[in-house]
Amino acid sequence: MQNKLASPIQSVGRKTINSIQRLGRGSLFLLNTVVAFPSLIKEFSLLLKQIYSVGVLSMQIIIVSGLTVGMVLGLQGYNTLVDFGAEESLGQMVALSLVREMGPVLTALLFAGRAGSALTAEIGLMKVTEQLPAMQMMAVDPYKKVIAPRFVAGLISMPLLAAMFSAIGIIGGYLVGVGLLGVDGGAFWSQMTSKVDLYDDILNGVIKSIVFGWVAVWIAVYEGYDAVPTTDGVSRATTRTVVNTAFAVLGLDFILTALMFGGV
Amino acid sequence: MSDKAKIELAVGTFVVIGLAALLMLALKVSNLSSFTGGNNYELNASFENIGGLKVRAPVMMAGVRIGEVKGIGLDMETFEAQVTLSISGKYASLPKDSSASIFTSGLLGEQYIAMDAGGEEAALKNGDDIVLSQSAMVLEQVLGQFLFSKAAGDE
Repeated sequence: MQNKLASPIQSVGRKTINSIQRLGRGSLFLLNTVVAFPSLIKEFSLLLKQIYSVGVLSMQIIIVSGLTVGMVLGLQGYNTLVDFGAEESLGQMVALSLVREMGPVLTALLFAGRAGSALTAEIGLMKVTEQLPAMQMMAVDPYKKVIAPRFVAGLISMPLLAAMFSAIGIIGGYLVGVGLLGVDGGAFWSQMTSKVDLYDDILNGVIKSIVFGWVAVWIAVYEGYDAVPTTDGVSRATTRTVVNTAFAVLGLDFILTALMFGGV
Repeated sequence: MSDKAKIELAVGTFVVIGLAALLMLALKVSNLSSFTGGNNYELNASFENIGGLKVRAPVMMAGVRIGEVKGIGLDMETFEAQVTLSISGKYASLPKDSSASIFTSGLLGEQYIAMDAGGEEAALKNGDDIVLSQSAMVLEQVLGQFLFSKAAGDE
């Protein structure tokens, strides 16, 4: 079998089969998790605890990054727009870039780093220390007790975090543009409200953040559940969570943007 | 305070701040407050040429924003542009002989529709046509005319 000519082709085949198997396992995993959602109604405190660790603890980095990104957008946008005498459009520029793109995408990336990696490591270590098999022995369904609460917590937290990011970013842009650089405050808000549409922009941004939240938390929880139960395996799973979430979110963002805003 | 109560408080605060952020985006940032009231009414106007007019461009009267462009189409009999305007219900009694023109804000700014009030008593109603309209100024045409007249004057 270990023919020199065949081995490179063999390794391509092995990788293909592996990734298809992973995709299949991931989909089955997702199905099992979704089926376990209704049990959360009875165990609301489990969900609450996870929203705390996934959402509340991520607030700090989201608010700080949102403020900084908004301030930088205000500064750079002003420098470009002032050449055309169009600095009044600063509010529109900051709001549209945040609501449509940067809010959902950057929040998802930060979410993967702050909450996703922690979820993967936590579940991976539960596997290493054989807590998951122990639960199954006691006829406790780990999907209901461990996976579903974390999954739903991520789904709830992501859109809220993205909205915070965009809102605080707009305030950051306002602080720099109006407070520091002297753009007219009234023009900043009125240009923004006249150009940002509730459905086309805000709602599409929220849909994006829901999709990204779903993908980010799916990858994070699945990588933990599927991790090789060794120290090294958990470390690799955590890295994969961050990298794969980044790829998935950026790729999906292009597709969603083309679908939502492409026809304008 | 027990641990459970602390977590509940923190999660509550988180959800409230998140919803407040969403609400701010919807109310302060988007156009919800200005032109999504249910009592808007629509007017139609046909123009020979609309230049670079876009959907959602503002409709102004005396410099005040009274509505926006809702749709743009082409009439296949007259080959003129058909523009649908959505006017806020607050401005319901525009005179029937009001006129609409397409202007540009600034030299290179975006285009908008400026309406001039007429003198008639009767008001425009939902679905009415604006009879008097003035097309957009297309910069290339104006330049072309200018160059043409210049060349003709030289001879």
